[in-house]
Amino acid sequence: MITYLEAIREAQAKALADDPRVFIYGQDVGAFGGAFKATKGLAKEFPGRVLDAPLSEDAIVGLAIGAAIDGMRPIVEMQFADFSTVGFNQIVNHAATHFWRTGVPCPITVRLPSGGTAGSGPFHSQCMEALYATYPGLIVMTPATVEDAYSMLLEAVAIDDPVIFCEHKYLYYHLKAEALPTEAMPVGKARIARAGRDLTVVAYSAMVHEALACAEELAGEGTEIEVVDLRTVKPLDTDTVLASVARTGRLLAVGEAWPWGGVNAEVVARVASDGFALLDAPPRRLNAKDTPVPFHPNLWGTHRPTARSIAVAVREVLSQ
Amino acid sequence: MEATIKKPNAEAVDYSQAEVNRSLTPEDKIRFLRDMMRIRKFEQVAANYYQNKRMVGGFLHLYIGQESVAVGTLSLMGENDHCITAYRDHGHALAVGMSMNECMAELFGKSTGCSKGKGGSMHFFAPDKHFWGGHGIVAGQSPLGLGLAFGLKYKGLKGCCMSYMGDGAVNQGVFHESLNLASLWNIPVVYIIENNGYSMGTSLERSSAIKNCLAERAEGYNIEWDMVTGDNLYEVRAKTKVAMDRAHNESRPTILEIATYRYEGHSVADAKKKVYRTAEEIEFYKTYHDPLRLWRKQLLDEGVITEECAGKIDREARDEAEASAEFGMGSDYPREQDILSDVYYEVDRGTEAGRTGKHFFSE
Repeated sequence: MITYLEAIREAQAKALADDPRVFIYGQDVGAFGGAFKATKGLAKEFPGRVLDAPLSEDAIVGLAIGAAIDGMRPIVEMQFADFSTVGFNQIVNHAATHFWRTGVPCPITVRLPSGGTAGSGPFHSQCMEALYATYPGLIVMTPATVEDAYSMLLEAVAIDDPVIFCEHKYLYYHLKAEALPTEAMPVGKARIARAGRDLTVVAYSAMVHEALACAEELAGEGTEIEVVDLRTVKPLDTDTVLASVARTGRLLAVGEAWPWGGVNAEVVARVASDGFALLDAPPRRLNAKDTPVPFHPNLWGTHRPTARSIAVAVREVLSQ
Repeated sequence: MEATIKKPNAEAVDYSQAEVNRSLTPEDKIRFLRDMMRIRKFEQVAANYYQNKRMVGGFLHLYIGQESVAVGTLSLMGENDHCITAYRDHGHALAVGMSMNECMAELFGKSTGCSKGKGGSMHFFAPDKHFWGGHGIVAGQSPLGLGLAFGLKYKGLKGCCMSYMGDGAVNQGVFHESLNLASLWNIPVVYIIENNGYSMGTSLERSSAIKNCLAERAEGYNIEWDMVTGDNLYEVRAKTKVAMDRAHNESRPTILEIATYRYEGHSVADAKKKVYRTAEEIEFYKTYHDPLRLWRKQLLDEGVITEECAGKIDREARDEAEASAEFGMGSDYPREQDILSDVYYEVDRGTEAGRTGKHFFSE
């Protein structure tokens, strides 16, 4: 069995082995093996290519950009997604617009250990995908499976545009698969994680699993939920979403991030404007509560959507 | 480490006798004059068109008065060396060999501009000449310069990155993060602080807490540093050569603080305003520290040029600048349908990753 975290480690090992231009750069990624051990043993296996950085996110991302535009393929590990705000200028101003300004692409991959785990609190739990997805020029990946964590990270390194890779910390250890995948769906293509006829739940990252658990529970009551895993939030596979809504007539968008201007808001807006006639009920979204992320596990449990709160929202949409 | 602060020209060194300058041919020296003159005429013409509202507007940060810094330092750029700077980038662009046409057309926002009208004054680029911009956020480019130099080291190439900034940039945190990394990892970068005395309208005294000078901050990072008199082209070259040799041979960073002065405003917005400095101050620099005037006099004294020759260089530069403005005005505007190109490399190439899913969300 291989975990989501191990898949990320293996993808980086393969990227390093396959391409001498790849190097990994971040705080304690070397001998320490990364805050979450996503780079365990890689410094030893690839001497001089897995580099410990000082606590300087701004310069870390900037250095990676400078190296990337001169032909390298850096993978930057942020210790926590929340800390990427310190390097925000470099990501959204320099990396995102480099191709626009110069015609030279900027192939960096920035890994963001994202999302909540019990007890992590306000500065170590955030979901940043919407923030980055709003910037033209960035690709934002949000893998929900072990297979996607592996194949999409390899794609991220191969793609010539800057990629923000939002890997979910809760899935690191909880998610396991039999083996690494040998083939993958293309980047930007959503996946039907579970087929159903009554309502479409659009989700991504860890929320896919909450949605699947909800669907399993509701199936016992005779309600069939279709779960769409977006996989990447930018580009966004609106075709697959609209096709699903065409089958079910109802939409609930679920995400762990905050509601204002987020991925769910975009999904609902797309369906409302491009697929209004397909809808049998108003489209709805379910996000984390619009507050900072709480520390205590009980509070945290009510902060983010769960299978239970998704089921409540599903019933409401179905009742309309 | 020396306990005392090094002072520019403390021993009245004759930098014309530095090896890097003794090897110069008369043609080289004339080329430097021509390069500086081209930058000045380019900007004077640009400013005229801007003020006459014949340009599209936007920002325009002029380099006039600082020409010897770009020309002197970049005259030493070798095959594997890189250059990156901030928003006051016209001088560096022309000094590395970009054409006036592609630069002027960018100021006019035309499709023939170096950024196809998508970047503007602050985003001149010539990757083929190892000139990596042109960046509009103060000090934001400093870690990029580090990365370019890191790439050289990683690939085992002997080269360096000359990373420019103004005196205001030294107070940005990312500059300090970059210095720490440069020293820690022995990265061959040369940080060049073009100290023109003002962060926009705030003088150095009102913006930076220092003991003696800005470059001295290097001490805390165990980085070598020096101060340079910017109006002396020989000194600029001599001290830049020392820094570049250190980068090339020892893979160690350097900070050079080059004293210089800009005659125009921070941008065209404060072009005529004298609220933060006096007209007398500007006149003093124009009279006693103008790098073109001083270099021209130097070459006349050395017998390298005649008055007639200098006048010809002057006229040719002006004519070239005027012609580039004609080129800019006569060029096509960017086409509206090109707005969606140059955003994603994968989309433009039509790869699977570029074709799958929705990349653009405009209605």
